[in-house]
Amino acid sequence: MGFLAATGRAFLIFLEATGRLALFTGSALSHCVRPPLYPRQILRQMIDIGYYSLPVVGLTALFTGMVLALQSYSGFSRFQAEGAIATVVVLSITRELGPVLAGLMVAGRIGAAMAAEIGTMRVTEQIDALSTLSTNPHKYLVAPRLIAGLTMVPLLVIVADIIGVFGGFLVGVYRLDFNAASYINRTWEFLEPLDVISGLVKAAIFGFLIALMGCYHGYHSKGGAQGVGAATTNAVVSASIMILVWNYLITGLFFSTK
Amino acid sequence: MTASPMTTVPKIALKGVYKHFGPKKVLNGIDLEVAKGESLVVIGGSGTGKSVMLKSILGLLTPDSGSIKVDGEETTRLRSREREKLLHKFGMLFQGAALFDSLPVWENVAFGLIQGEHMPRAQAKEIAIAKLGAVGLTPDVAELSPAELSGGMQKRVGLARAIADEPEIIFFDEPTTGLDPIMADVINELIVQCVKDLGATAVTITHDMASARKIADRVAMIYQGRIIWTGHARDIDNSGNAYVDQFVHGRADGPIKMQIKAL
Repeated sequence: MGFLAATGRAFLIFLEATGRLALFTGSALSHCVRPPLYPRQILRQMIDIGYYSLPVVGLTALFTGMVLALQSYSGFSRFQAEGAIATVVVLSITRELGPVLAGLMVAGRIGAAMAAEIGTMRVTEQIDALSTLSTNPHKYLVAPRLIAGLTMVPLLVIVADIIGVFGGFLVGVYRLDFNAASYINRTWEFLEPLDVISGLVKAAIFGFLIALMGCYHGYHSKGGAQGVGAATTNAVVSASIMILVWNYLITGLFFSTK
Repeated sequence: MTASPMTTVPKIALKGVYKHFGPKKVLNGIDLEVAKGESLVVIGGSGTGKSVMLKSILGLLTPDSGSIKVDGEETTRLRSREREKLLHKFGMLFQGAALFDSLPVWENVAFGLIQGEHMPRAQAKEIAIAKLGAVGLTPDVAELSPAELSGGMQKRVGLARAIADEPEIIFFDEPTTGLDPIMADVINELIVQCVKDLGATAVTITHDMASARKIADRVAMIYQGRIIWTGHARDIDNSGNAYVDQFVHGRADGPIKMQIKAL
């Protein structure tokens, strides 16, 4: 009986958490489309997510592109397929590594910051203060972050795509002695719009998930400094896992050929 | 009772309000009325349900059962839009001031005016600076960030924010906690002054008896989630209630047992 009770209790807790997250998401989404919106808040978040994440995302993309070219060269030369390197780099970056690595970096940078900021606002009663000043915290705090995440991460990924491919180009031309023009030709030759578009769709969903997890865990944090710390950890971990799971699901949706 | 017809509808009326968190019953049938324009101070130890009561009136928490009326209208089942409208009547000074640390001082004070009432920012700033003056702060404080202020100054800014859009009802959550006795007295004076200037109804929760004596028209004592005594401020020294006596005189032994777990 004890075992059954424990299982049931765990299941109930899981259902409760799922329900709470669903309600939170629904309410936050509805506030994204219902006026009044807070343009200042949206702009602040966009700058935070889009602009200040550029260095970290750019560096990640640059080295990923470089290492891709290096790795595939040493692998592909075993069966004389060095010519495929440019294609491998551009497809890997646009479809997979650009959105996933940018997403993970942004999750660490932004998801954590959001959870910590909103969590601190919760434990210092600033969220209650918002309510007493007739301002809906979902509208003022959560909606701008969701909008910014949804729109800025795809822009970041466009930049990451370009820098990543450029990293591959640098290694290909200056280290592996490819001809620059033919490397660029190879890059374009097999690239299809869907490769880039699927990556950007992923990026938008990842951006939304990062902001959602940051806000959700921050909003429900309790118990002072320790609670805020736990909320920050949960935000980053849950966002990262969701990115990896959704990455698989979206890839399946776009490219499943049974 | 010889209440005149004008005062028959209390500004705030709680009837049989219950609230529990898990197994812990925090509010255990609160009955309380606050008349228009009076200053009620609710005293009680830590963990007796004072804050939960205030948050229930504001709608930050939903009570399990019971009725909470503001101006005679039931508020426990309001939808969020109606709740926002109702909250225009309220101002609140939080225990830790709860200033928004991402905004400068003046924007904190003007927040309700800009976001709640959609006033142009320049106009709201003028009002904010005037309100800062009302709590004894000079205009140069307006551009500082809240983190640069001392605890007492933060309380003043919190007070300025609470009175900025001239609410009909103001709540003070432990206004003197964490302040030195002189600053505490300054805040008490300001509270009395601001409430009188606005003609507002005030509800203060505190365990600071000096503060209670200074602010209160009427005092209510809360114990184990129930109001166990109410009376005029001048009567608290001879309330005839052993619980109130113990609390007012701050004695360790008496009928009140210490609360161990926080709420």
